Amino acid sequence: MSAFGAIARRDVQVAMRRLSEAANPLLFFVIVTTLFPLALSPNADELREVGVGVLWVSTLLSSLLAMEGLFRADADDGSLEQLMLSPVPISVTVLAKIAAHWLMTILPLIALVPVLALSYSMPLAALPIMVGALVLATPTLSVLIALGAALTVSLRRGGTIVGLLVLPLTAPLLIFGTRATDFGLHDEPAAGPLYLLAAFAAFALALGPLAIGAALRVGVE
Amino acid sequence: MELCARELAVWRGERCLFEGLDLTLGPGQLGLVVGANGSGKSTLLRVLAGLATATAGVVTWRGSKLETLPFEHRGDIAYRGHLDGLKRDLTVLENLRFHATIWRGPPEFDALLEDVGLSAVANVRVRHLSAGQQRRASLATLRLGASKVWILDEPTTNLDTNGRGKVAAWIRAHLASGGTAVIATHQPDELAQKGALVVEL
Repeated sequence: MSAFGAIARRDVQVAMRRLSEAANPLLFFVIVTTLFPLALSPNADELREVGVGVLWVSTLLSSLLAMEGLFRADADDGSLEQLMLSPVPISVTVLAKIAAHWLMTILPLIALVPVLALSYSMPLAALPIMVGALVLATPTLSVLIALGAALTVSLRRGGTIVGLLVLPLTAPLLIFGTRATDFGLHDEPAAGPLYLLAAFAAFALALGPLAIGAALRVGVE
Repeated sequence: MELCARELAVWRGERCLFEGLDLTLGPGQLGLVVGANGSGKSTLLRVLAGLATATAGVVTWRGSKLETLPFEHRGDIAYRGHLDGLKRDLTVLENLRFHATIWRGPPEFDALLEDVGLSAVANVRVRHLSAGQQRRASLATLRLGASKVWILDEPTTNLDTNGRGKVAAWIRAHLASGGTAVIATHQPDELAQKGALVVEL
């Protein structure tokens, strides 16, 4: 457990010292989501309907931007090979890195969603469900992106490939996430899709790190 | 407590780097890997460390294959290659602290920093150090674990005379305390000592 804490803390520390880099995906998210209302009709009802989709897709893309290089810096400076040789199981290392990056890049993004949702004239009552769905969906998303990042760790420019690998796999998250948000918007019970998102997260967090560890082992060779 | 390699072979595409390589190193033994640039020294060390897989042959430590090393023996083998494994945005001390936690070493940083001559820059980010100082910091982290086998790829690169002497002394102390070391080097004379096994590639 102390190793988990040490690795997560180290990544948070490094991110804090390169705050501009960590903030870029966040700014991207804000800009994309504020551009859409400008391009769409100003009719509040229409905006509300497309807003759910826009916010979810932008979250996917910004998360991808934030985490596609999850392992690249560590691979470049040699700390990845050191971590792989260390007595710490590789899945613990992977989980710690995912946790740190979720905290540093994705959590601030989720925190901004309620504010941005207002520009799509969403009712306040629907926001808790949307934020809840994002909190449940993003761990799975992080694991998927981390898997893509691990598979492309030896490539100089892996960003686009990670997107091609991972985005199709995020379809279920998008479907159930927007579903839950829609239910919230129309005052219907949203528990079903939320439970499913939680189940995805449990599954991804349990098995994902093993797969990512195996991918990294191939990657550092 | 032996590091063994049996019938190791590594092919890179159509090219054979080495074949039928056998190696056994016990406690207190030093293996020196020498050879021209591109002869496969680094590859051999990565295979011995378990970072790369050989095309044929096996590497064992304490009788078990590296891939299936029992949990309590993980961390017995330390490797320092061309990359220093330091976070450039963290200070020297923060890097050492991190290594000590991960490798469960004794957190005695002051004496160590003094010894490697980095006391004055302990709170400077690694990014701002010279190449030689970075190498010193990287080698300092070796002593923050209880690793039995040191696998070092040209450890004296970028070091000044004083630094080279220090590294040679550390390696001798490590061997004297029952450790094992495998070192790739272009200056075998600096590290050579009686009973050293020389592997020529």
